[in-house]
This record gives sequence, C-alpha cells and structure tokens, in this order.
Amino acid sequence: MTAASPTTVEEPDAEPAPGPARTPPARDRGAARRVRRHRWDVRWSPYAFVAPFFLFFSAFGLFPLLWTGWASLHRLELTDMNRPEWAGARNYLRLLHDEFFWNALGNTFTIGVLSTVPQLLMALALAHLLHQRLRAATFWRVALLTPYATSVAAATLVFVLLYGRDYGLVNWVLGLAGVDPVDWQNGTWSSRLAVSSIVVWRWTGYNALIYLAAMQAIPDELYESAALDGASRVRQFAHVTVPSLRPTILFTVVVSTIGATQLFGEPLLFGGAAGQKGGASHQFQTLGLYLYEQGWFGFHLGRASAVAWAMFLILLLVAAVGGLLARLLRTDH
Amino acid sequence: MRGGTHGRRPRARRLRAVLASAVLLAAALTGCAAEDDGRTTLSVGTFGVFGYRQAGLYAEYERLHPGIRIKENVIERSDTYFPQFLTHLVTGSGLADVQAVEVGTVHDLAAGQGRRLADLGRAAGVRRTDWLGWKWAQATAPDGRTVGLGTDIGPIAVCYRKDLFRRAGLPTDREAVGRLWAGDWRKYLDVGRAYRKRAPAGTVFTDSAAGVYNAAIHGYPERYYDRSGRPLHAGGPALRTAWDLAVRAAREGLTARLRQFEKPWDQAYANGRFATVACPPWMLGYIKEKSGDAGRGRWDVAAAPRPASWGGSFLTVPTAARHRAEAVALAVWLTAPAQQAKLFARQSSFPSTPASYGMPELRDARNPYFGDAPVARIFARAAVDAPTLVIGPHEQQIGTAFTDVGIPQVEQQGRDPRAAWAAAQKEIHNAVDE
Repeated sequence: MTAASPTTVEEPDAEPAPGPARTPPARDRGAARRVRRHRWDVRWSPYAFVAPFFLFFSAFGLFPLLWTGWASLHRLELTDMNRPEWAGARNYLRLLHDEFFWNALGNTFTIGVLSTVPQLLMALALAHLLHQRLRAATFWRVALLTPYATSVAAATLVFVLLYGRDYGLVNWVLGLAGVDPVDWQNGTWSSRLAVSSIVVWRWTGYNALIYLAAMQAIPDELYESAALDGASRVRQFAHVTVPSLRPTILFTVVVSTIGATQLFGEPLLFGGAAGQKGGASHQFQTLGLYLYEQGWFGFHLGRASAVAWAMFLILLLVAAVGGLLARLLRTDH
Repeated sequence: MRGGTHGRRPRARRLRAVLASAVLLAAALTGCAAEDDGRTTLSVGTFGVFGYRQAGLYAEYERLHPGIRIKENVIERSDTYFPQFLTHLVTGSGLADVQAVEVGTVHDLAAGQGRRLADLGRAAGVRRTDWLGWKWAQATAPDGRTVGLGTDIGPIAVCYRKDLFRRAGLPTDREAVGRLWAGDWRKYLDVGRAYRKRAPAGTVFTDSAAGVYNAAIHGYPERYYDRSGRPLHAGGPALRTAWDLAVRAAREGLTARLRQFEKPWDQAYANGRFATVACPPWMLGYIKEKSGDAGRGRWDVAAAPRPASWGGSFLTVPTAARHRAEAVALAVWLTAPAQQAKLFARQSSFPSTPASYGMPELRDARNPYFGDAPVARIFARAAVDAPTLVIGPHEQQIGTAFTDVGIPQVEQQGRDPRAAWAAAQKEIHNAVDE
C-alpha cells in the first residue's frame, strides 16, 4: 500500500506534462522506474494471481495424491499406521481378482450411464424450452438451479423416504396404478435406478443452464437462414443448435463422467445404516463406496489407496478415449 | 466536494476494514486469554450422546475440582469417530484428554495401540472388583494392561406390545411373558409362530432378523473366536445357532423385514407394525421417542430368553494427552458406581458397575412409559449373568458381514440361506485378509 501511494499522488500531473524542458531529470528516473515496474507487473502478476490455487492444490490435491500413491504400495492398516510394510504391486494385483472391486466398477459404470445420459438429454431439452420467449424467465432459471443448490444429504434423505418400501410415496402412487410395491433398496436394478434418479434430479438443471448460456451465444442469423430454407423447429434444433453446442456438450460430458466415476454421497446415504456396503448384495456399491469401506470400515488404508489410484487411472483412460473420439468426430466433420 | 468525497471514501473504507480486522484479531486473542485463568481445560472426546453433560456430571466435577474445566467434543457417528481417533493416536496430536471407545473396536485398539494408552488398571482409586468381570476383561490387553474403564453396557431384554399380545391371545404380564421363552431363543420363535396364527392385521412378531441374531449370539462367550483366539467365524456353534434362528425368523415371515436404525424402522414403531423387539436399555428411550403418545402404556419389558449384553463403551486416556494425570482422575470419577447410577437416571445408560444396581437411581427405577416396569432390575439380572464375550480382531467387520449382508440377503432379498452364508463368508474373507 505504501509503495503504491507515491504513484497515485504523481498520477495527476503525469498527464499534463507536454514539454520535455519542464521535466526534471529526477522525473525521468521515476518514469523509467514506473515503466520497469509496469513491465514486471504485467509479466509476474498473473502468476501471483493464480498462485493461491496452486498452493492450495499442492497442499490439498497434489500431496494427498502422492501420499496415496505411496500408501498404495504398502500394507498400511489404520489400526497400526506406524508400521507400513512394503507391498510392491500387491494391492493392485489383488484388485485384479477382487470380485467386490469389479462389482463396484460395473455398478459405477451402470449407474453412471443411467444417470448421465438422461441427465444430459433432459438438460438439452429443458435448455431448448427455456431458450424460447417465456414469461418469468428468471424464475424458471432459478428454479432449475435449486436442486443443484440443495445438499446431497438433504436431497438423498428425502428420496429415501420417497422410495421407502412400506411407507414410500412412490410405491403409494404405483399402488394407485395397480402396480405391486417395489422394494427399491433391495432390488438390483430398482436400487440403481433410484440412485441414478437422485443424481439426475440434482444435476439436470445445472447442465441445462450451461446449455442455455451456450445457446444464447448462437447467432440468430443461423436460425433465420435455416428458417428461410424451410427447416422446421425440430430440424433447426438438430442441425443448428446441437452442432453449435458441440464444445459445450463435450464439456458437460467430461464433467458428468468425472462426477459419475466419483459417485459417493448419493449411494452412501441411500444405503442407510450400512450405506458403505451399497446394499446387502453390494448391488449399488460404487468405487467410491468400496474405497470408503476398505479404508474406513476395514481399516486397510493401503488397499483403499490402491482403489483410489485405480479410479484415477480409469479416469485418465476414459479421458484418453474421449479425447480420441472427439478428435475423430472433428475430422469427420 | 464530490471529488473530495470520492477520494476519501476508499481510504475511509480501507481504514474501517483494517480497524475491523484489528478488533476481530484482538477479540480472538483476548478470547484465548480469557480461557487462561489458571484453570486446566480437560477435553473429552465421545461419539453420539454419552450424556455426561446432560446429567450434570461435568458441572459437578468442576465444582469438586475448582481448577478444572471440562470441554466435550462430540462426533455423531462411531464409524467416523474411531478412524479419526486412531490417526490422532498414531500421530500423537489432536487428541482429547479422555477418549471414549466402543466395545466393537476396543480389542483392535488394545492390541494394536495399547502402548499409546494409559494403563488405567493401575490408576489411583480404581478397584477392579467394582466392574462386572467380563466388562473389565474386554478392555484388558493380552499383556495385562487395562486401557479402558467400562462405562455403559447393553444387557438385553425383550420389549413387547401388551395390546398386540392380548389380541393375539398371548399372556401380557411381564413375568408370564418372560416365562414363555425363558432359556432358549428357539422358544421365542415358537411364541412368534403362535402370534402369527392370530396376529392382529398388519402386524408381525418382531422387527428384524438381524435383531434376533444379535440378541442371540451375544448370549454366548465364544462367538467369532474361541478362548484361545482361534477364529470361529467360519461356523462355530454359537454362530450356527444364531444364524439358524435369524434365517428361520426371516423365512417363516416372523419379521417385519426392517433394518434397525433406518427411517422405515422408525416409521414402523410409529405405526405399531411389530409386537416385540430385543432391547438393550438405551433402546427404551428410542422406542418412547419413535412410538410417541400412541404407544404410551402399550409397551412393556420382559426378560430375554438368555442373559446377554450387546454393545457398550469404555473411557481411555492416551499417553500423549496434554493433561494426563488430571484426565485419568476424571475418567476414574466418571466411571465410578455413583456416577454411572446418576447417568442411568438421566440417560438410561446401564452401569457396568454392579455396586450401582443397589443405588436408589436404579433400585427404585420404574419406567412409566413401559407400564411402570422395574427396568433396572430386569436389566441388572441380564447384566450379572451375561457371559464374558471373547473379543477378537476385526470384531465389527465380522459382525456386520452377518447382520448387514448375510441375513438381509435372506430376509429382504429372498436369497437362498446357503448362498447368503457363502456371501457373508466371502465378505469376512475380504475384510480380514491381510
């Protein structure tokens, strides 16, 4: 603050200083210093501005990542943390024939598809509707964002009640339609559908707003010329809107995939008192839950760390495949 | 004028901001300073509600020891609390002076980290004979150090609905009901079959097969390990008996197919869906809360078929505790018979010290919600006769393999008991595999 104040004081008379004769040599040096400072400022300030993120990232992101990597190569029990034993790749090799791990991987994929696909399709449709001229547009947009602003815990607990076997609202409605009650939590597919529905409910609005923002950036001329060519609303949507949204869609797919791979809170709370198991037959146990069960219920930190790294590697793999697909699509066009 | 105000405002605002933060900082500093009035602050770490504060025990201790102030850190869930406690113990930081431990994890703690906990068996004022023998043994490591002093225990009784029993043509008097199944949980299932024949519409005999399993298996000393430490979780006699009971109860439709401590279970209490539930003392308050006014005068308490204790806790003092000597004295005082009796009066936590059972808080205790049942007398009988449970490694993981996987697979997913048993075994194998 003190270093900045002289410049602000000098600023006013810096402007009306036309004649070089009136400029004393001291001012020259001052100007040179200002220029130097300005250059320094332009060059280094951005780093200073992004530094907090990277500092926090290295403390809360990079360090845990590396530590987890170290732990995954050891036999490390939470009950006996002071005695890590070198295990080499054993924790990883163990995962290869660990049926609980493969089950969790399968569930993560299934629930991921069940939640991501409808979520993004519905978001696209909703964004399209909101893009029309509507009354109280702000209200609709805020309403869309409310599920996203609700905490996972609150939302999931309400859904648990809705999906209750004996006293749940969903079964009551099904009963009105003459359908037998469904044991949502204990069924294999019913539980996965239920968990997916919570994810869909929470994230659809968020994605819809992202799509809406991108739609508003599409120039009207494109629609006008499409309309002149006789394209119907549906064709306009398919041939103008969707292609223009391609980068945005890619972004939401990437973000949703990451979210789906890490799915944790919804199935945990949906599972109730023994939520980390993801149901009596692990029918909706995701990788995140399996990691949690191994680490904090089985106290096997080394094995849990190996699951964490496996998840990370899977994400990298998905990203690589996604990138490849995106490149193929682009050259295709 | 305008320019002047514009020029001044940011500076004034900045000044105000600086002043505000200075005030905040000063407040924070004096806040710390205010604590430093020469008194020692002892921290007590617990999971869930232990009730020491609610029962006024901290206040009483502070009155008796003017130099001490007590602060409690509560973590709601025991499965969040314990891993955190373990990491704190290993790093020697972030520890409370007194830390509570649950019976399911006390063995792993004593065996793995016993050296980081004070030997309370040698503390001044501790008399081993004050505690039930089995309670004392649970927190004693193989090397003879006792790292935890017993607080509450969970002797099991059976809570039942008199109105439903009457309508099903069964006796309603608590002595008579207790006689129906005295000595054997199989007789309890027989009563269940009789109930089913004349069950009031929409009701079943008991809440959950896992509840029956827990109540039955805790009546045997050797559940998952024998006395020499050999594992029995692949099928010891006690395990087989309890498993068969649970599977039968589930397959014969004697249970409401509920999971304890989940929302539907609470709702079933409110709707009067089941007639009996195996209940430790702390469950009485839960039943009262969930059944509400509709259940007043309808519930009663009878003795369980076999004496057993399910659950319970201990107080430990880490050797790295900041005020170790004072912490030991506090733990000893909190677990003494007189304090345990006071805690029962307020919190229904059942004392692990038999000397408490004769004190007025227990001797005269009658529970008006449960038809004025002499609850303390019923529970005390179970507590005194309960066997010394052999507790081994991975106790909790093994138990939940049956109660959260094996039994619900039969009861709620309708799977074949053999397949469910195999699933539970696979679960155990994965949990205990080193």
